[in-house]
Amino acid sequence: MSRPLRHLVLARLRESLRHPETIFWTFLFPILLAVALGIAFRGERPGPTNVVVVDGRGAADAERSLQADKGMRVEVLSREAADHRLRTGRAAVMVIPGDPLLYRYDPTRPESRLARERVDRALQHAAGRTDPIGVSDNLVAEPGARYIDFLIPGLLGMNLMGGGLWGIGWVIVEDRIRKLLKLQLATPMRKRDFLLAHMLARLAFVPLEVVPLLFLSWLIFGVSSVGSLLSLTAVTVVGALSFAGLGTLVASRARTTATISGLINLATFPMIVVSGVFFSTSRFPDLLQPLIRALPLTALIDALRGVMTDGAHLAVLWPHFLVMGLWGTLCFACALWLFRWT
Amino acid sequence: MKALPSAGPDGTRGPAVSLLGVVKRYDGVVAVDSLDLEIRVGECFGLLGPNGAGKTTTIEILIGLQEPTSGQVVVLGTKWGGDDRSLRARIGVSLQETRFPERLTVAEVVTLFRSFYPRGRDVTSVIREVGLEEKARSWTSKLSGGQRQRLALACALVGDPELLVLDEPTTGLDPQARLQFGDSILSYKDRGCTILVSTHYMEEAQRLCDRVAIIERGKAIAIGSPDELIASLDGNLVVEIEMAAGDVEDAAVRRLAGVTSVRRENGSLLVSVQEAHVTVPALLDLFRARSASLAHLTLRQATLEDVYVSLTGRQYRDE
Repeated sequence: MSRPLRHLVLARLRESLRHPETIFWTFLFPILLAVALGIAFRGERPGPTNVVVVDGRGAADAERSLQADKGMRVEVLSREAADHRLRTGRAAVMVIPGDPLLYRYDPTRPESRLARERVDRALQHAAGRTDPIGVSDNLVAEPGARYIDFLIPGLLGMNLMGGGLWGIGWVIVEDRIRKLLKLQLATPMRKRDFLLAHMLARLAFVPLEVVPLLFLSWLIFGVSSVGSLLSLTAVTVVGALSFAGLGTLVASRARTTATISGLINLATFPMIVVSGVFFSTSRFPDLLQPLIRALPLTALIDALRGVMTDGAHLAVLWPHFLVMGLWGTLCFACALWLFRWT
Repeated sequence: MKALPSAGPDGTRGPAVSLLGVVKRYDGVVAVDSLDLEIRVGECFGLLGPNGAGKTTTIEILIGLQEPTSGQVVVLGTKWGGDDRSLRARIGVSLQETRFPERLTVAEVVTLFRSFYPRGRDVTSVIREVGLEEKARSWTSKLSGGQRQRLALACALVGDPELLVLDEPTTGLDPQARLQFGDSILSYKDRGCTILVSTHYMEEAQRLCDRVAIIERGKAIAIGSPDELIASLDGNLVVEIEMAAGDVEDAAVRRLAGVTSVRRENGSLLVSVQEAHVTVPALLDLFRARSASLAHLTLRQATLEDVYVSLTGRQYRDE
């Protein structure tokens, strides 16, 4: 590494590490988020199914039949109170006794659909239905299939994206605002060294962003990677470089912190929503899927999940590498072309 | 020994900087208007003028950060657009309002700038020279305004430049700090370094510079040594009068022998005169005749500010 490049990287790292907010956003925030979400969606024994029975003739019978299923919490309420429960989500399904018996529920709520089946089965059994074949359940709770296992690669991806955009985009614009960029250009410093230093400093930060999150999620939730450490490293580095390119692009023209934070939010928020950080991309219509798959964050997160949960071989992940590589290279090329040096 | 900046075939030194017919237009506004300047090797040259006169644009063109719309720029015998890095290695620059990374120490910042230059000076000795030894290990965020300007100066000096370009290095400093800063700039001139400094403080330019160019609306309206410029005034002495009671009309003063101009500034009457021993008694007679009494009468040498006023017909504001 040339002397100016080494000093530029060192200056960058020192300046970042001496700011407590960097430490918070880089290390603590993702960990806190992972812990909070991991606890909220810890996937322990599912709670009882809440059922309301509307008071009236037949209500007591229905209540008795349903109470035979220990997994249900049954309440008999007036129609008005029952409606309120259902509307506010505190009851999954409402049973209105009569002939025919009426189930009232919202079919877009998965738990309501399940509750309806469960209530129906209990009532039909109580009325004498028998199962033609005997069955028994064998319950599993394998690490790898839990929400936290899904979440951690998503958070890792989001973290790498934020690091690239804020860590490069914001910092370059700050140098521009401080007129430090201009002053450095008046010296024999190479422009190449300036940009390269931002990239290298960014890469130096990557282990700090990734390792503590992985370690703590393993320690607290037992999340581990099926795939090799080497594959994980390769995906992480390519992802980080891809977002470093995007970060340079958003910084190429901006002259105020308001512009750069607007641009960064504009670039990151849609991807946080659609790229599968918190929930699967399959929830979006098929029509949008090619578009979503073409986003760098989707490629990064899918590749991370591929390695961590499926143990996918790197060769299989080439489309993801291609997407990340193209984003990184094209953004960086555009950034060089657009860059406002003075 | 340093190489001569631009030794001609006969061994004579060319100018350190020459600007010929330089024009800079931005979206219809003319920031620099056919400017000609020549800065000699080893001199301290001042660009003087109010804010917005075009000093910073001129400097940025000169150090190759902006391209002129037209005109020719030759710095240390070289034009921009060739081997710019080698040319930059010979120039030290401090710009207006640069803010250094807050959490780097003074020594770290100077070391960073030192690393940009292929050859240069020892970081510690430069820091000592600008008087920041005690602050070498402090973060730049802990520095006072004056100390920050000194840090900027250290960064400009650490590449051991032949040409030192300082854009408004003393703006925002208190008068005491400005004096100290001026002294350190003067000491570099003694090393044979050429200095270009821009300032809107007239008295500073008068004190520091061998020659100055007064810049007004992108043009150099006067170029010369402060003494020459002052001597070029019709009256190079100024009588400043503050009234206690009564007044006299300007026209009556103007009629007195030896008076070259009359103006008023902040309630004082300023009379430019050629010969004090002729005009002052006449002035006093006039006041007596009008029953006006004086609070103060001061006689001083004309300054660059008087030059500015006589050239532009406008009062000079340095803030």
